[in-house]
Order: sequence, then structure tokens, then C-alpha cells
Amino acid sequence: MTTMRRALLADRIATAILWGIAIFVVAILFAIIGHFLLAAVGTLSPSFLFGDPSETSVGGIGPVLWNSVYMLVLTLLITVPLGTLGGIYMAEYAGEGRVTNVIRFCQELISSVPSIVVGLFGLALFVNATHWSYTALGGALALTVFNLPLMSRLAEQAIRAVPADERSGSLALGSTKWQTIVHVVLPIAIPGLVTGVILTAGRIFGEAAALLFTAGVSTPTHYDFANLNLTDPRSPWSPFHTATTLSVYIWKINSEGLGDFVRQLADASAAVLVLLVLAFNLGARGLGRLLQRRVTGA
Amino acid sequence: MTTFTPAPPATTDPDLLGRPDIRPAVAVMRAVGQAADPAVNPKLGMRTVNVYYGMKRAVRDVDLAIPPNAVTAFIGPSGCGKSTILRCFNRMNDLIPSARVEGEVLFNGEDIGARDVQPVAVRQRIGLVFQKPNPFPMSIYENVAYGPRRHGLKGRVALDEVVEKSLKRAAIWDEVKDDFRKKSGLALSGGQQQRLCIARTLATDPEVILMDEPCSALDPIATLKIEGLINELRSSVTIVIVTHNMQQASRVSDRTAFFTMGEDRAGYLVEVGPTLQIFTNPREQLTEDYVSGRFG
Repeated sequence: MTTMRRALLADRIATAILWGIAIFVVAILFAIIGHFLLAAVGTLSPSFLFGDPSETSVGGIGPVLWNSVYMLVLTLLITVPLGTLGGIYMAEYAGEGRVTNVIRFCQELISSVPSIVVGLFGLALFVNATHWSYTALGGALALTVFNLPLMSRLAEQAIRAVPADERSGSLALGSTKWQTIVHVVLPIAIPGLVTGVILTAGRIFGEAAALLFTAGVSTPTHYDFANLNLTDPRSPWSPFHTATTLSVYIWKINSEGLGDFVRQLADASAAVLVLLVLAFNLGARGLGRLLQRRVTGA
Repeated sequence: MTTFTPAPPATTDPDLLGRPDIRPAVAVMRAVGQAADPAVNPKLGMRTVNVYYGMKRAVRDVDLAIPPNAVTAFIGPSGCGKSTILRCFNRMNDLIPSARVEGEVLFNGEDIGARDVQPVAVRQRIGLVFQKPNPFPMSIYENVAYGPRRHGLKGRVALDEVVEKSLKRAAIWDEVKDDFRKKSGLALSGGQQQRLCIARTLATDPEVILMDEPCSALDPIATLKIEGLINELRSSVTIVIVTHNMQQASRVSDRTAFFTMGEDRAGYLVEVGPTLQIFTNPREQLTEDYVSGRFG
């Protein structure tokens, strides 16, 4: 009886601790969002979101906000297809053995390299060796360096989690392995792949160190969106334009900004960043669900 | 007929739907009149087939002939290799890296186990229904259209036709006809899911359907429906069914093959013949012991 009572007590304590941790985590999240929203509530306005930066007042963050979104799209365009293919290879073709172990070890190693080191590597390769100077493409490639292993690892896990029954069901109907992967495995793995995209996106929005030496830190003055020439580095649409992102901008104004408006600008920018990440996460989940419904027809 | 000690189905129990039991009579009819002669144009066959998992031999020297448009049941104790043998017929053992099949596996007289034969081509003509119903997480329509689509069938009209026909053949049409385009295959009951999986296989118009204990995850009523469906299909498709349920074998099959495990733990074929004979007058003592429940 005492054993029973002790077990029940332990059960209750464990439950309480786990609840406590969960509440703590959620509380931190709300504290961060709340703090910046409250600090930024007076500053957030269309002219702040879409206006041009100023050296003498709060100004706007339009160009850097654009760059963050641009960097996100460009990096995901490179990372998601390659990462998914890598995941497919690792989960479906590579098998188990020394080769896959080495690849997996490398994936973990690259993912954990400090991003400032990746930035220096990017400087050497995507800025100097290519003679591109500071570009969005250089930044996106630097971000790809540590996002690709992450994406392919998460894609591999998502694909491995697809039940073997579904695979053999498709194969038994006389489908090829590739048809099975495309029409059964990937659709079922969509939620897991979306998780990969979201985690990757978080690191793109939030990354500053790897972009300092690759995408640039100069504050853009004004973007001419009518300039659609993709090879013109002055066009905001070009992958070769210098692309200071919101995170980098926050770092920059905090570290070297002079004047009493800096705190206000930094807080409001941070609030926008947090909201951007939030909006992207929700959007990606919704889109993933929609996509899954489309491809499975149910 | 002196040793007529049939398995329980041959008693006069009414079935679960309360109908009189005509199974013994049907079984006799089949054994006497319909038990197809496998010696003439067998649909499937094996010549000295051995299956290995790594170094271990799992199946030993199986010689077997399976007649067309009839139901053949594989029975035997757990681990005797029934499923492994069944899966040789559509090359599913290829999916297990350590598995190796030796000997000839014949389909319409052709060795489909040969290296230059594409497993995909074999599986398009020989379907497999699994132990656990495994519909895709798609609509019922997409589940059935899946095979034909992969084999290159295009066009709404053609696909609609195949889907409807297959659902009807699998005796599930009446239950799903109102919402089969929208409803997920996973939203069906276990028995319906299994009939959907049979419909999905039928949609590829196979000559043979292999069934690997298709009712072992189902309740008795659902099982009865599947057995009724097998009965409907027997005239148009060759069916090979693995079952651990001897009553089921006696109810649905024309011919029965009994497998057991040797001292080397490898499964082998003890005997094969008309179902009634296997259950009432087997040639081998091992079969007699097994069907009468005296087995280990």
C-alpha cells in the first residue's frame, strides 16, 4: 500500500514538474512578444514598416524588412529542394552503414559550426572569390551552409516516420520506388517537412552573424521596386543587391546607432521580427495542411 | 471418408448472420467438381524454391502448382514460411535486403524470379493484400485510382469507370458510393478498409491476388464479408490466401497447401491437394495431426 502511495505521489510530482516547465516555456514566449509589442506599440505604423530608414530619426524599416523576406525566400528556394532530396537519399537510398554514419556526423558538425565562422567562410568564398561583393545571394548561400544539413536531417526524419505499410502498399500495386516516394511518402511526410521549413526559416530570420560579412551591413536608403533588372545590383529584386536584413539592422543600430531614437527603433524592429516569425510559422502550417489536402485528395 | 473429423465449420452452426450452414455441402461440391487440376496450365508454380535470410534458410525445396481461377489456401503453424512463400510470387521479398530466393518461381510458365524480370512488372499483374489493412491517407477514390494512375491511365472518365467498377467488385460500393470522392480511406472501419485495399488491387486488373492473412485484424462479421468477396472473385481471379485459421481455409478454398517447419527451422511444403481431402483424408500424418488440432 505504501509502495502504491509513493508511486502515486511520484506520479503527481512528475506531472506537476512537467506542467511547470511547459508553463514556464510558454510564459517566456509571451513575455518576449509582450515586451516588444508594448515597447513598440507607439512606433508601429505603415510609414515605419514600409518607409525608408533615416539617420536622424526613427524613420522606417521598409528596405531591411524587404531584405529579410527576400533572404528567406531565396534561401528556402535553395535549401528546401536540396534538403528534401538529401533527406530522401538518406532515408530511402543510402541504407545503413559507414557512409551514412559519416554523412550524418558531417551534418551535425556543420550545423553546429558557430555562425560567425560560417560568415567568415562565406566572406572568403561568396564575396571575395566570386567578386560579387556583399550580395543577397552570398548571404543566402552562407545561410544554406548550416541550413541545408538541418533541413535534410529533418526531411530524413519526416520520411523515415512514414509507416512501412504505406510504402509496401504502393509497391505491391506495381509502382516504382520513385512513384512511391513522390505520390505516397512525401505527401504523408508533409507535416514533418513543414517543421523543417519552419525551423530553417527561424534561423534565416534570426541570423545576423553569418550575414554581416556576406549580405552586408550598410543601411539601404531607398529601394526602387520599379527596377526589375535582375542583374543590376541596385535593383531590390536582384540577388546581387546588398541585402541588410532586419536582424542585422537591429544589431547595427544597437551597436553603433547614435541618438535617442535608437532604443525605440530597435524595440520596434524587434517586435516586427517576432511578429514576422510568428506569421511565417502559422502561414507555413496552414499552407502545409492545404498542400497535403491537395495532394492526397482527402 | 472414414476419417471425416472436419474442423468446426463443418458442424451445423448457423453463421453469424443466422443463415443455415451450407458450407459442408459447398465444400464437397468444390472438392468433387471444381477442384481445379493444377497439372493442366498452372497459373503459379514453384520449382525447388529455397529462401534464405542472410545465412539462414527460411524455406526449403518448395515444389508447387497453383491452378487458375481458384482459391488456394496456405496453412501451417507460425514461422513455417507461408508468408515468405506467398511473397515470392510478387517479388516482395526483394524489399528485404538480406533475403535471397533460389529456384524457379513461375507465373504462366515464365520464371518471374529471374534477375532480368522487373519486380514492378510482376506486381502490376500479381497483387498483394496485406495482413493489416493499409489504405493510403487519401480519399477512397484516390486510393482506388492510385494503381491505374501509376500504370499510366489518364482521363477523368476512364478513371471514374475503373474506380466504380473496382469498388463494386470489392463489394464496398453500396457503403461508400455517396462520399467516396471526399471521404478518406482511413475513415472507414477495419473491414471496409480491407475491402478498399482489395478494390485498390482489383483496379490494376491483376491476374492473381495474393492475400496474406487478410482477416487476422478483423472482427468475425468483417471476416465473413471478406470471405464472401473471395467467393465472388474466385471465378475471375486466381487467389492465394495465407491463413492461420483452418476454418477459414476450409470455407473459402478449393485447394489447400500445408506447410510446416523442419528441424532446421526452415519451412517446407508437406502436402497440397483439394481442400476437402486435406481436411478429411490427408496423405501425411503431419497434416492429419495439424488439421485435427493434435499439432505440438
